Amino acid sequence: MLQSIGVANIDELFDEIPDSVPVANFRSIEHSLTEMEMMQRLSERAREDELSLCFLGAGSYDHHIPAAVWDLATRGEFLTAYTPYQAEASQGTLQLLYEFQTMMASLASLDVANASLYDGGSGLGEAILMAVRSNRSAHSRKIVIGGAVNPFYVKTANTLVRNQGIELVQVPHDNGLFDPLQCDVDDPSAVVVQQPNFYGLLENVDAISNWAAERKALLIAVVNPLTLAVLKPPGEWGASGADISCGDGQPLGVPMASGGPSFGFLCSKMKHVRQMPGRIVGRTLDANGDVGYTLTLQAREQHIRRAKATSNICTNQGLLVTAATIYMSIMGVAGLRHTASRCHENTNYLVAQLEATGRAQRAFSSPYFHECVIRCAGNVDALTKTMISDHGILAGYPLGDIDPTLEDCLLLCATERRTREEIDLFVELFSRILKES
Amino acid sequence: MPTIPTIFDTSEPGRIAGVQTPKAGDLTGLPAEALRVSKPVLPEVSELQTVRHFTKLSQQNFSIDGNFYPLGSCTMKYNPRGAHRAASQPGFLSRHPLTPAFASQGLLKCFWDLQETLKTVTGMEEVSLVPMAGAQGELAGGLMIRAYHEDCGDFDRDEILVPTAAHGTNPATATMCGFKTREIKVAADGDVDIEDLKRLVGPKTAGIMLTNPSTCAVFERRILDIADIVHDAGGLLYYDGANLNAILGKVCPGDMGFDVLHLNLHKTFATPHGGGGPGAGPVAVNSLLQPYLPIPMVGKLNDEYIWLDENYFPLTIGKLSAFMGNAGILIRALAYALMLGREGMVRVAEFATLNANYLAAELSKAGFQLAYPTRRATHEFLITLNREARDLDVRALDFAKRLLDFDMHAPTTYFPLLVPECFLIEPTETETKAVLDEFVCAMSKIREEAQEDSDIVKQAPHNQVVRRLDEVRAARVLDLTWSAD
Amino acid sequence: MSETPQELRYTDTHEWARLDPDGTVCVGISDFAQDALGDVVFIELPETGTEVAAGAEVAVIESVKAASDIYSPISGEVVRVNSDLVEEPDLVNSEPYEGGWIFVVQPLNDDQMADLLTAEQYQEFCESEDHDH
Repeated sequence: MLQSIGVANIDELFDEIPDSVPVANFRSIEHSLTEMEMMQRLSERAREDELSLCFLGAGSYDHHIPAAVWDLATRGEFLTAYTPYQAEASQGTLQLLYEFQTMMASLASLDVANASLYDGGSGLGEAILMAVRSNRSAHSRKIVIGGAVNPFYVKTANTLVRNQGIELVQVPHDNGLFDPLQCDVDDPSAVVVQQPNFYGLLENVDAISNWAAERKALLIAVVNPLTLAVLKPPGEWGASGADISCGDGQPLGVPMASGGPSFGFLCSKMKHVRQMPGRIVGRTLDANGDVGYTLTLQAREQHIRRAKATSNICTNQGLLVTAATIYMSIMGVAGLRHTASRCHENTNYLVAQLEATGRAQRAFSSPYFHECVIRCAGNVDALTKTMISDHGILAGYPLGDIDPTLEDCLLLCATERRTREEIDLFVELFSRILKES
Repeated sequence: MPTIPTIFDTSEPGRIAGVQTPKAGDLTGLPAEALRVSKPVLPEVSELQTVRHFTKLSQQNFSIDGNFYPLGSCTMKYNPRGAHRAASQPGFLSRHPLTPAFASQGLLKCFWDLQETLKTVTGMEEVSLVPMAGAQGELAGGLMIRAYHEDCGDFDRDEILVPTAAHGTNPATATMCGFKTREIKVAADGDVDIEDLKRLVGPKTAGIMLTNPSTCAVFERRILDIADIVHDAGGLLYYDGANLNAILGKVCPGDMGFDVLHLNLHKTFATPHGGGGPGAGPVAVNSLLQPYLPIPMVGKLNDEYIWLDENYFPLTIGKLSAFMGNAGILIRALAYALMLGREGMVRVAEFATLNANYLAAELSKAGFQLAYPTRRATHEFLITLNREARDLDVRALDFAKRLLDFDMHAPTTYFPLLVPECFLIEPTETETKAVLDEFVCAMSKIREEAQEDSDIVKQAPHNQVVRRLDEVRAARVLDLTWSAD
Repeated sequence: MSETPQELRYTDTHEWARLDPDGTVCVGISDFAQDALGDVVFIELPETGTEVAAGAEVAVIESVKAASDIYSPISGEVVRVNSDLVEEPDLVNSEPYEGGWIFVVQPLNDDQMADLLTAEQYQEFCESEDHDH
């Protein structure tokens, strides 16, 4: 090979790098490991972090994933393919994305969905940018964040939008809910509401949707896609429906995996599609008149529109979308409905049993879906610590850090995976630890 | 091969995968107006139907596992299954993102090790693993540059310089950061036009974004001069790590005058592309920008690993994801780095460069025209099919489509735009000489075909599941979701 | 060779402008420009009533592989847009100077047409651009 190139050694191939740039020094990097040695090291670390039971949600949920989902998603043909720019060599991925777009748009009861964004938090940022571009009648560039929207999402969105002169105006929750009457922003570009909200509560989405429409603000619905099998979808809220819906796809067959990779999804009414960021697949015909699939509306994207693109996003979360599409196919409407309703019933049972101990009560009285804020008679930080250290149980999310009025509160969730026995054990430990503290 | 009906076309009302359907829960406590009435369009199929459908779909994809995939600037090298397996262990997969640090020492240790490795690889001061893709790394970098200037009381710097050949994410990122983009010309030898740079740089310059080796696939030889010019004007240098594979173990961006950079772990560190993602785009900075890094990072306090959040980095640009970026991709990258080790990392750049230069030499001998014949190839190189387009009426696009019939994925086409009818070819270090030789044969064969009957090439592909697709129709008659009709 | 009707005026961003008897100015893109763009798939039209300055971005035109801004050749107010283009964007390709017109501006003041390129000047400009590429 060197002979063909016409050099004496490999070093010569780097002769255009000026001598004034020092040679890299990698002495601090250790010597190579075999696959076996690498696995031994990382297995030890993975085992170190294993816990037995999870009652924590707050944006990431411990659901069952059918075995077939990841067996299929990690076939080399899905796992090691590139972005489907060469459509004829990527029909598998493209058709899958078209099916995904159909499922997501239908779950949200909106017209279109893109092929994914990074996660729920950055997805909210993109949804806000999209709304500001799309709502040409509003000039304030102010976005109303209604009540209990996931605070991690809001922080993330703020990082993404604040340098474009967009201001997020947080309206504090009222008994856990968004009350638009407490909002004093005239002419907002968009209103963001989450259903179920961060505290698990069901917002009065019809009234909020109508309120936003009266102000010519676009409505952005942050939703948990699993719950859409049971709850009224954003496209059907109020008189005209939400304009944009976004959220995190983790509940659809994606392991919690420390929060990533999962995927952000984005759906909207057709009239906003040209402002949508990210890839979109369309069905078309080939030279023979047969059906085929291709990326479309690419003139929105950075590789064509450059500085004026709808977003800089390029790589997205394709593999996770692959898993979610397979998950939704296997589960179907019945599977999703039953899973979602089972989560609701399990959380109901958990809350009832906790309240029966006399050491816990609900912080808010309105209906919740599959998460609930529980006020505890005792120190919640000590409780969660003991639960992990002594029992390997994640006992909910202490809310004091994000809302000082909820210092003695935990956000709890019991998914379909939690058995009655596990819930009973948790309640017993909960009661005992609080009693001893 | 027949086209495959959508999964909705094979649905039958009422069919379910019973074994996947838990017992329904009681919803009676919920208000009726909150509940769904309409039925969503989801497949109604058995588990076997799902398995067969998606197996068949997968078989319609090219992939690294199945095909030579010489996509320039994408670094489609082998993705070791061991790295994937390592990250797929229950302890990692089932970890809830809000698990406290004291119960996550295994994972944090992994992140710490990766941070340290990437510091060495880049020659930079500090690393944040948070960004979820290259473009998000660029965004983080741009926001840090902006924050730095503003903290210096320098509010007028609102311009980012990029070469005309830059990847589209560079100008798109600049816009998202609130900057304007100014494009610098590229000289005839592929290097940045220094005179044009001097003309454009000034008190408005926030920074410059460069890839090195550049998007013209050559090493930017005057990089240290560029660094001086931009620094003297008060601007900062951003390194787009898309092409780091070319210099891994040879030189470090930190030694080339860069202040901030991102890496594409799905390129240089071989994590799978997954049909479009996920990736990971960690950022590394020198001490000037260290206070602004995106959170969270992993620190060490006594012998314990901790999360470094806004309490430790009050000037941070903030969060870029709800939790900790694409954590699972970071574990894969660490596993890959461990298996490469010190000696393997140097081999990456050496063999990638050897393969690219060999393939360039062989294609040139076969009569194809290199875009920059006086320059060394880096880990990739550009050819121009301008002559073939003129003499044979067969364009780069046609060559690309015909290559698919030879069971090879096409190289990157028409990028960068300033080289007409170009192929950006990146064979990567994991391909054998035999595969490279096959590629040269295929290219020569396609040219022969074009000489005899150009329609064979212009109407390619012939052996794929579909013929060339009508993209105009796709964009004019938008069909983005399935409906029964 | 692309058509460049003599009676129209042009810009170096490839718009054409036609002064109509009612004093308004009709704007589209040139044959040269539509050919370079390829099959047009979408045009983002301005809203009527929009005040525009000469050289300001007014509309966006998209083909499959490119997107470019359309700038107003003169200052004034957008009084009509070609809504046929919503359903038939390809009119810009098939009849760039007739059915493919994009918007009409009521000029802020007279004489602005004189600042634009003549057909001959525009042709020369296109030839020089062609050589650069």
